[in-house]
Amino acid sequence: MIDFSWALVGPITGKSLADYGAEVIKIEGRTRIDQQRTSGFFKDRILPSSVNCGSNFNMINTSKLSVALNLAKPRGIEVARKFVRWADVVIENFAGGIIDKMGLGYEELKKIKPDIIMLSSCMMGQTGPHAWLGGIGTQLAALGGINHITGWPDREPQAVGPYTDFVAPHFNVFAILAALDYRRRTGKGQYIDMSQYENSIHLVAPLILDYQVNRRMANRMGNSLATACPHGVYRCFGNERWCAIAVFTQEEWGRFCRVLDRGFWTSDSRFGTLEGRKENEDELNTLVNEWTIHHSPEDVMVMMQTAGIAAGVVETAEDLLEHDLQLRHRGFFVRLRHPEVGEYRSPRHSFILSKSSCEMKRAPLLGEHNEYALKRVLDLSDEEIAELIIEGVVE
Amino acid sequence: MEGHIATRQGSTIGMLTPYRVLDLTDEKGLFCGKLLGDLGADVIKIEPPGGDPARTIGPFYHDETNPEKSLFWFAFNTSKRGITLNIETGEGRKIFKKLVETADFVVESFPPGHTDRFGLAYSVLEKVKPGIIMVSITPFGQTGPYKDYKAPDIVAWAMGGEMFPFGDIDRPPIRISHHSQAYLHAGLEAAVGAMMALHYRHLYGEGQQVDVSIQESVARRAHYVSGMWDMEKRIWPHGMGITLHYVPDLPDGEEKPERITIWACKDGYVTWVYWFGPQAKRSNPISIKWLESLGLADDFLRKFDASGINWTEIDPKLVDRIQTPVVELFQRYTKAELLESALRHGVSLYPVSTVQDIVEDAHQVHHHARAFWTRVEHPELGTNMMYPGPFARTAEMRPQVFRRAPLVGEHNEEIFKGELGISSEELARLSKSGVI
Repeated sequence: MIDFSWALVGPITGKSLADYGAEVIKIEGRTRIDQQRTSGFFKDRILPSSVNCGSNFNMINTSKLSVALNLAKPRGIEVARKFVRWADVVIENFAGGIIDKMGLGYEELKKIKPDIIMLSSCMMGQTGPHAWLGGIGTQLAALGGINHITGWPDREPQAVGPYTDFVAPHFNVFAILAALDYRRRTGKGQYIDMSQYENSIHLVAPLILDYQVNRRMANRMGNSLATACPHGVYRCFGNERWCAIAVFTQEEWGRFCRVLDRGFWTSDSRFGTLEGRKENEDELNTLVNEWTIHHSPEDVMVMMQTAGIAAGVVETAEDLLEHDLQLRHRGFFVRLRHPEVGEYRSPRHSFILSKSSCEMKRAPLLGEHNEYALKRVLDLSDEEIAELIIEGVVE
Repeated sequence: MEGHIATRQGSTIGMLTPYRVLDLTDEKGLFCGKLLGDLGADVIKIEPPGGDPARTIGPFYHDETNPEKSLFWFAFNTSKRGITLNIETGEGRKIFKKLVETADFVVESFPPGHTDRFGLAYSVLEKVKPGIIMVSITPFGQTGPYKDYKAPDIVAWAMGGEMFPFGDIDRPPIRISHHSQAYLHAGLEAAVGAMMALHYRHLYGEGQQVDVSIQESVARRAHYVSGMWDMEKRIWPHGMGITLHYVPDLPDGEEKPERITIWACKDGYVTWVYWFGPQAKRSNPISIKWLESLGLADDFLRKFDASGINWTEIDPKLVDRIQTPVVELFQRYTKAELLESALRHGVSLYPVSTVQDIVEDAHQVHHHARAFWTRVEHPELGTNMMYPGPFARTAEMRPQVFRRAPLVGEHNEEIFKGELGISSEELARLSKSGVI
């Protein structure tokens, strides 16, 4: 696969395929650096002068090869097109229309490789009056209705981060793999135009139907759920330590009360039934907090789950990476060794395949595989390569 | 290569049409089958007699609690046919295995060990149909110390690390309201895993099991916060909202500036970023011009160069000085007005959409141009509804909503009788004894 993309969505797409064995060549430029190479977090918080230390980049560009090509030069485009001839799949995530202007649009690439599969992923898709607009995941989360339904009923919508940036890549990979299978059966490649907005709308589909037939505008509900109570996040012992607890059935409620040593709550007129608990939810939450505050979130989780009640630590990144026993058991965060950063970790996909493994490799240095790619993949001679370097086509 | 697109029912044709999926999932995994179905796979939703518990999840059509009126069910079971079958009975298992013989994928979300107990583990199914791909979706995976833990969305979200950074500092961290987002992420990743296994099968001739963890589907999203700990051993604090830059590292007790990215306006909220650091040079001048067109008369803000500012060291008073005039300005305009003028000026601003905004926007021209919204008939309700449609625009065999979600046992006859050749009398008997 040839990966022209940058930032988050495109690269995460490439990471998925590369981690699971595809040969993914990331085409990047020294003059137009992928912003992720210089952003994120840095070892010991020292901003390095190198472009290989951005933690975001290193996390999401694992297992890829990097070729530094100047696509502003016509010969750079020429070399890029040579790579396309070798590839099965091409992905890009520039705003609508840009890749065509570069001479690397689908119609052009089809001439080089008739069965090429090309995927473009941007905010609003490649067509329509908003196609030219770029945007970031945090804004798409807003446009897609996610922010509005996050937060407290008496307060403004809450930020949830670049929500769609972690959804769109999976849609991309899914579509690419389906297209590869389709091509295997029919010999036909195709162009796939992904709109991250259209992907994300599926996540709120029930609410869209609800508005249409019930004229109800779904609002934010804090941590409440109509069918469960208690259902919330409770402060535990320690600094900013929290545990989520969810009680669904009357049976669970009985057991919950026993764990808290509040058996009398089951016959309390306020709390005996779900209706009563919902009516007195604020008061109940306060009372629950008075118990949880004396326990670590881990203890709360274990006590509850042992009693058959859903509860979980509100995990920080430290919890995820250092303390979570389940993630450790499944080897979710893969340890990698990087020449400039040292050791770092990157997550694999959320599944384990019983017969094939995820052989993740560290993210590449900029242009690290110039020679390999130009020599072995494109079969260029040493003289041709030298010329490209001198001309600044290969950086 | 086969060189043809096989059609099974004759009415769907898509990229995955040659493949059959047996969908045993509950709410934890419905999305996977929908995605495969929307790409044309022959997805058969198998529910316990009487219907899947997910049919009790609201909202409901006209708020009528009814297994055939769950809008949640409608949304995530498009493009599937539906049968009822009790696979926990011996006869039910026999029939299920007959279906497995015709299938390529089995997707399930039973607790770990459940399929073993009923003699339907992957090792068994593999013998029934060599090459079968079994996709198993559970809260934490098939093995491990938490494998038997319960994980409704609030727990999955919390344990996946997506909850902690978000919410106000004076209140608990929060989840995204309503139906589970975590289950959708898991379903989506399950579909990816299923396709990877399919690819493997074509290369090596074998199926396998895809062991999906809902917790990991959430944790995989938490890149930023994971990187911050991995590199700097710092925790993204709860209540800071999300910024794309460093979190200000002021000593405890000192007032931390709040970086506004969601701004209140006349009729709701919009999202827009005033940048600090290198991005400021690219984006802020355009924004300022636009704000001036809206009536911004603040000289300080007009002239201020934020490109040299390091957000981690910023003075809260400066943040206030910058943000206050904008807060006042936005209050004068509606979402639509701000979006329209922002678009004209090339400024990246988006409304914080409500579902009303989304549905009303769906009637706009650009969506028609992309044919994204799909009207789906619900004859039993005497109505139709507009659904989000193709999640990709592909030249060949684009994804689409092929049919509405199935009614309980809607295709029992079509499949049990029509395909498996079970007689009407036998069907009646099986139904009476609770197998179907």
